[in-house]
Amino acid sequence: MMGSFGRQIMAVLARDLLLEWRTKDALTAMLVFALLVLVTFDFALDLRPEIMSAVGPGVLWVAVVFASTIGLGRTFAVERDSGTLDGLLLAPLDRSALFLAKLAGNLIVMAIMEIVTLVAFAVLFNVPVDPAPVLLIALLGAIGIAAVGTLFSAVASHTRAREVMLPVLLFPVIVPVLIGGVQATGVALGNPVARDMPWLSLLAAFDAVYVAAGAIMFEYVLEE
Amino acid sequence: MIASAGRNASLSAKLGWATLAITVVALLMAIFYAPTDRVQGIAQRIYYFHVPMAIVAYLSFFVVLVASVMYLWTRDMKWDRRARASVELGVVFTTLVLITGSIWGKPIWNTWWTWDARLTSTLVLWFIYVAYIMLRSYTPDVERGARFGAVLGIIGFIDVPIVHFSVTWWRTLHPGPVVLQASPAAPPQTTETFLVAMLAAVLFYIWLMRVRTGLEEARDENRELEQELALRGGLYA
Repeated sequence: MMGSFGRQIMAVLARDLLLEWRTKDALTAMLVFALLVLVTFDFALDLRPEIMSAVGPGVLWVAVVFASTIGLGRTFAVERDSGTLDGLLLAPLDRSALFLAKLAGNLIVMAIMEIVTLVAFAVLFNVPVDPAPVLLIALLGAIGIAAVGTLFSAVASHTRAREVMLPVLLFPVIVPVLIGGVQATGVALGNPVARDMPWLSLLAAFDAVYVAAGAIMFEYVLEE
Repeated sequence: MIASAGRNASLSAKLGWATLAITVVALLMAIFYAPTDRVQGIAQRIYYFHVPMAIVAYLSFFVVLVASVMYLWTRDMKWDRRARASVELGVVFTTLVLITGSIWGKPIWNTWWTWDARLTSTLVLWFIYVAYIMLRSYTPDVERGARFGAVLGIIGFIDVPIVHFSVTWWRTLHPGPVVLQASPAAPPQTTETFLVAMLAAVLFYIWLMRVRTGLEEARDENRELEQELALRGGLYA
């Protein structure tokens, strides 16, 4: 049985996913951008196979983080531009439910982007990737990025120069996700330099803290 | 109200002079009174300013956290002014910490910068609160800016321990701070100089906070008066 809180989340999530399914705007933008970052890195760093074990995880995560920023920035900017944000705020929705629904929507699109980016990474750079652990790391990282990013995208959408504001707010706060994600991926891909620390616990702790903090703080961001 | 503002101003002025006097004493003690470090030589003397400023930087971000929580709770702009002022001071102190650390690092570590855990987490902290200042200046609506600032003041401070853990695990092999290793039993002159310098830094922070919040208060008051005038059609009509 699902309570009213769960139904609210599902209603907003279903609406957002339907919109995304019809336009595929966010997914297309994120995918093309992630692939472009991979290709740009190849030109910038001349990614030969022998250096991939050292720099590969970093290349992969920078592509994921940059592409995520594009999708996250749209979360509330699009709602504002199309005038649907007022409707969402007037609807009898718990603010935390709205946050969790937006977070879940972003997370689903980001996860698809991550899977495709990972396949492209393995194929383009000829890196043997064991999918199970790397996808788990990518998902744990995505939850943290999406939690902070969903909160900050609501903030940034009300500022001047919002395209600049989201990454400036987001990148310093998600430093632990980037470090943990890169190191854990390095361990999984057999990088000898990567440190074997409880990175998954770090990522999980970050996720728990910021999903909770976002759900609590969201109502203060969206007050009208 | 004007009388109390006058009293506050004269108290601030006294506090300012006291801060200046103690800072000069701390400076003289750091140069002449404290003994020269056997291992690091003269470079170690910057520690008397570097470490107190680092502690005050953390203190100011903690004040931002408290003021942010209080603002969301009470919605009193007084708390927002404190948060705004403390963020600015924290960024200034963090900048000075990074600069004095670099000056010390060049002769001791033979490099201006290294991606050591402490340096890295301080730099990340600096970026978070620089983003706060940018956010405030990019949010035209005053009440909304105060709310956004409070949210970032809380979200940013929660990150401090997580960032610290992540960069420590990331750079575990790096040697710890040389100052602590090199002083198993610091001579009393070192401790005394440090305490005076610490007092100077804390007084400096308190004095700047008073001046800065006073300025923000005058600004807020000015804006309200302007709005009132505009409503009456007096100013922009």
